[in-house]
Amino acid sequence: MTDFHYSVDADGVATITWDLPNKSMNVLSMEGIKEFDACIDKALGDDAVKGIIVTSGKDTFAGGMDLNIIARMKEEAGDEPAKGLFEGLMSMHAILRKLERAGMDPKTNKGGKPVACAMPGTGLGIGLEIPLACHRIFVADNPKAKIGLPEIKVGIFPGMGGTTRVSRLLGAMAAAPILLEGKLMDPKKAKSSGIVHEVVEPSELLAKAKDWVLNAKDADIVKPWDAKGWKMPGGAPYHPAGFMTFVGASAMVHGNTQGVYPAAKALLSAVYEGAMVPFDTAIKIEARWFTNVLMNPSSSNMIRSLFINKEALEKGANRPAVDDQTVKKVGVLGAGMMGAGIAYVSANAGIEVVLIDQKQEAADKGKSYSETILDKGISRKKVTPEKKEEVLGRILATTDLDALKGCDLIIEAVFEDIGVKAEMTKKVEAIVDENCIFASNTSTLPISELAKASVRPDQFIGIHFFSPVDKMLLVEIIKGKQTGDVAVAKALDYVRQIRKTPIVVNDARFFYANRCIIPYINEGVRMAAEGVDLPLIENAAKLLGFPLGPLQLIDETSIDLGVKIAKATKAAMGDDYPDEAVDEVVFWMFDQGRLGKKAGAGFYDYDEKGKRGLLWKGFTDEFPAADAQPDLDEVQHRLMMAQVLEAVRALEDGVLTDIREGDVGAILGWGFAPWSGGPFAWLDIIGAAKAVEICDNLTATHGPRFKTPELLRDLAKSGETFYGRFGTGKDSKAA
Amino acid sequence: MTEAYIYDAVRSPRGKGRKDGSLHEVTSAALSAKILNAVKERNGLDGHAVEDVIWGNVTQVGEQGGCLARTAVLASDLDESIPGLAINRFCASGMEAVNIAANQIKGGAGMGYIAGGVEMMGRVPMGSDGAAIAVDPSLAMKTYFVPQGISADIIATQYGFTREEADALAVQSQNRAEAAWKDNRFAKSIVPITDQNGLTILDRDEYMRPGTTVEALGNLKASFKDMGESMPGFDKVALMKYPHLEKINHIHHAGNSSGIVDGAAAVLIGNKEFGEKWGLKPRARIRATAKIGTDPTIMLTGPVPVTQKILADNGMTINDIDLFEVNEAFAAVVMRFMQAFDVDENKVNVNGGAIAMGHPLGATGAMIIGTVLDELERTGKGVGLATLCIASGMGAATIIERV
Repeated sequence: MTDFHYSVDADGVATITWDLPNKSMNVLSMEGIKEFDACIDKALGDDAVKGIIVTSGKDTFAGGMDLNIIARMKEEAGDEPAKGLFEGLMSMHAILRKLERAGMDPKTNKGGKPVACAMPGTGLGIGLEIPLACHRIFVADNPKAKIGLPEIKVGIFPGMGGTTRVSRLLGAMAAAPILLEGKLMDPKKAKSSGIVHEVVEPSELLAKAKDWVLNAKDADIVKPWDAKGWKMPGGAPYHPAGFMTFVGASAMVHGNTQGVYPAAKALLSAVYEGAMVPFDTAIKIEARWFTNVLMNPSSSNMIRSLFINKEALEKGANRPAVDDQTVKKVGVLGAGMMGAGIAYVSANAGIEVVLIDQKQEAADKGKSYSETILDKGISRKKVTPEKKEEVLGRILATTDLDALKGCDLIIEAVFEDIGVKAEMTKKVEAIVDENCIFASNTSTLPISELAKASVRPDQFIGIHFFSPVDKMLLVEIIKGKQTGDVAVAKALDYVRQIRKTPIVVNDARFFYANRCIIPYINEGVRMAAEGVDLPLIENAAKLLGFPLGPLQLIDETSIDLGVKIAKATKAAMGDDYPDEAVDEVVFWMFDQGRLGKKAGAGFYDYDEKGKRGLLWKGFTDEFPAADAQPDLDEVQHRLMMAQVLEAVRALEDGVLTDIREGDVGAILGWGFAPWSGGPFAWLDIIGAAKAVEICDNLTATHGPRFKTPELLRDLAKSGETFYGRFGTGKDSKAA
Repeated sequence: MTEAYIYDAVRSPRGKGRKDGSLHEVTSAALSAKILNAVKERNGLDGHAVEDVIWGNVTQVGEQGGCLARTAVLASDLDESIPGLAINRFCASGMEAVNIAANQIKGGAGMGYIAGGVEMMGRVPMGSDGAAIAVDPSLAMKTYFVPQGISADIIATQYGFTREEADALAVQSQNRAEAAWKDNRFAKSIVPITDQNGLTILDRDEYMRPGTTVEALGNLKASFKDMGESMPGFDKVALMKYPHLEKINHIHHAGNSSGIVDGAAAVLIGNKEFGEKWGLKPRARIRATAKIGTDPTIMLTGPVPVTQKILADNGMTINDIDLFEVNEAFAAVVMRFMQAFDVDENKVNVNGGAIAMGHPLGATGAMIIGTVLDELERTGKGVGLATLCIASGMGAATIIERV
């Protein structure tokens, strides 16, 4: 055995210790399951053993399941992956159920061996589902420990009995935050919620567990649902109280997920159907729904993008093989909103920051942004006053460029003007060391152009943050024509330090994210100009799983920015400029002074506090609603293809070199339908052939902006998928 | 083809469906039996006269469970050889009972039927029989389930009805019902409910609020706003199904929605020979029947398509109908009907409706057939159409024609 260790002490208490070699945290693997099963058999079969303690050799209990187990179960079942999954799940349920029943007589519930779980700390996913199958859960009093079932966040649900056990333990209402939101709790909160039984001094963990095991009576080890006369807490579905809970839960899940996340639906169905039958039947129902979710491409795509590939990119999947480039001191040029945010995330990650602006007042204001965020953290008890002082102490706000000496990375976030930026580049390069990397946070200007001002263009790179910097998880790294490997590695190491997710793209207009976001917004505006009902545009986007409709999005990013980008783009493209119809609306809105959220008036109305109200009724005075409205499908196809085709073109053009980055970047960068796994994953779900058909139809009706990219047509012809052709090894298969 | 004639139509007065309602002391079986007995006695039938009793009822649990139709027959003075069929098409159950009976007769299955229904909403609360469509997550999400009040508000939003218009319709219902009672227009149908000693328990509709004004209704809080906009947020579900709408306009409240009441109604239906055998004169023939399924989310628009269907199937137009009874489940249901067919409001619910007098779910369908028949006779008109919206997205209609 390697993962689980078994021992019996002089008092007849068997201890099963989970302790993966060479890992900081336990993760359940296929081999681990077998070992755990063997330990249980040994303990139950040995008359000398009076009771069992399940514990961990780490300072945590377990971090979850190795998601590759699921892929393996599917694969090993060959042509019948659903059967493989269902049977695999049922065999795991059988192991946990054996532990839970602990050898007791099925009729009298007598004669079983008490099983305590002693958790030294964090238990997530299967790391809580195993404890839930034990009779009593002891957790070491470690406020940093996290206990919960976060599966829903990666597009699945607790499918190893967690759903059934937690809903039966707490009732549907109380279980909802844990199951449907994946809420994590510290040990004390876990106890007050009723999930764990005892929170004890870390040094007494095993002693307390053992004490309980030796003193537990028959009745102490019978789970509520195995006892006679069990009733669902809070009421089963057709009990008057339960009725209201379930009716409400369906509506909330449906509304909040906009019907696009299969896991929440399946979870709720498992709870509902399971609540009306005995426990063993409920477990079977849970396994059927879990299988159903695992068979849904949405869940495997979400796991692939949000879990496997996101982590791979964070760990440097596309990092050039050069020495460690950890940033020690960063110079941030420009203390506006972006510069201030960059200063904060850098200082917060332990990096010394020099925050430069032309006026001391502006530099100080930029620094005070960090103070505001940290104060908010203090009021929420997430930050200590000491930590605040430490972070602020790392930021030097100054007008003195000489203070940049010793910086190994410069991030320029000054006014979006090529001349201004060039001047700053020259000035700063003259001061900093030769090996310092110079990055621009531009969102619109070509990196290769900006690099012309640099004497060391191989050390010049784009590091494009999204606003607000402290909240947005994605950072887009842009390679100019001459950008070298060290600069790329520097940017990647820096992004890792500030704990964000990087994608690396080549230089082209609007890079990757904005290249896709702009057509999405434009398509929405275009439809508004055509007289499509404004709510239909916005709701169609939400029904695709976008957090913001295109009109809300342009209100957030502001109409004047739209005007600015349009003018610049038009100047650059000349006669090829395709968006006159969009400009008609955007320029008119600009003239009306409806500049968006910041102006308190845009496509939406806003109240005095800036809270968004309803869509502006005055819009239809200028652009009246059309008599014939398109159906929902057409609106959705337009909104979707407008951005997805840009992603495909970015891949064709070589702006993207890795579809993983295209997918992860889209979800984290602009909230692209997370349920789909990203634009390429979405195309794989609907299939290239279907996508071609949609594009051809849209081209015929709406023009060449929907022209089917050759790459897509080619995939349709050969029957391939994006991940089939461009995926690398493991991730070409769905998790 | 054999014709199905209406020989009689009776109803109980409607009691408030609450603990202090006058009929609250009467059991569902007892009220049903009283109505069945009234049909038997008024028409001089013997206990074997009819083929079956078809009895509509929505909430079929507790005392309304266990095939209430059979229980009602056994509780009545009818012979035990008459079986009893309990049916449920939600709010159109009473109408569906009549329609089934009429079609049985037209098809030659028996000479005479008593058809109608009962609902004791104060004794057996609405919804207490459960409903998987609302509770089962798979079904609720597949059908975009929202409660009826939200559906009525979707109708108002979709078709542009304001709170003021709905309140005006409610006031009109109250005024018309008051006038009808003053003029004794329900006298022919009303069966006073008495106790075992012959003492009267209730002899008139007690839910009505004569003198209701638009101003008074204006003070009532919209009933479905909270459940729509905050907890649990049904409006989001409604907008998923109706994405061209931005926001649901919540206009319905207790004063412009149907009242919760207790009541029962029955119609005596037979072929020509049935009337000849018992010496009865046919009052009307049941010219046509129809039912339809519609979108379950907006749910309550059924009267429009089912009326289109019944007219088309029978080669009729809306102008062939002299009087309409469109069940006032919610004000918007009736407003949508009048809007869709552009019918004169003076032809619709001329003696008031469920907003004023209440809507005893399983009985109403039979009740409004009787109401339209009485009014056709009183005014000397020929053809009447009754229709109801139905939960889960259905509609039913009956056209009767005086003979």
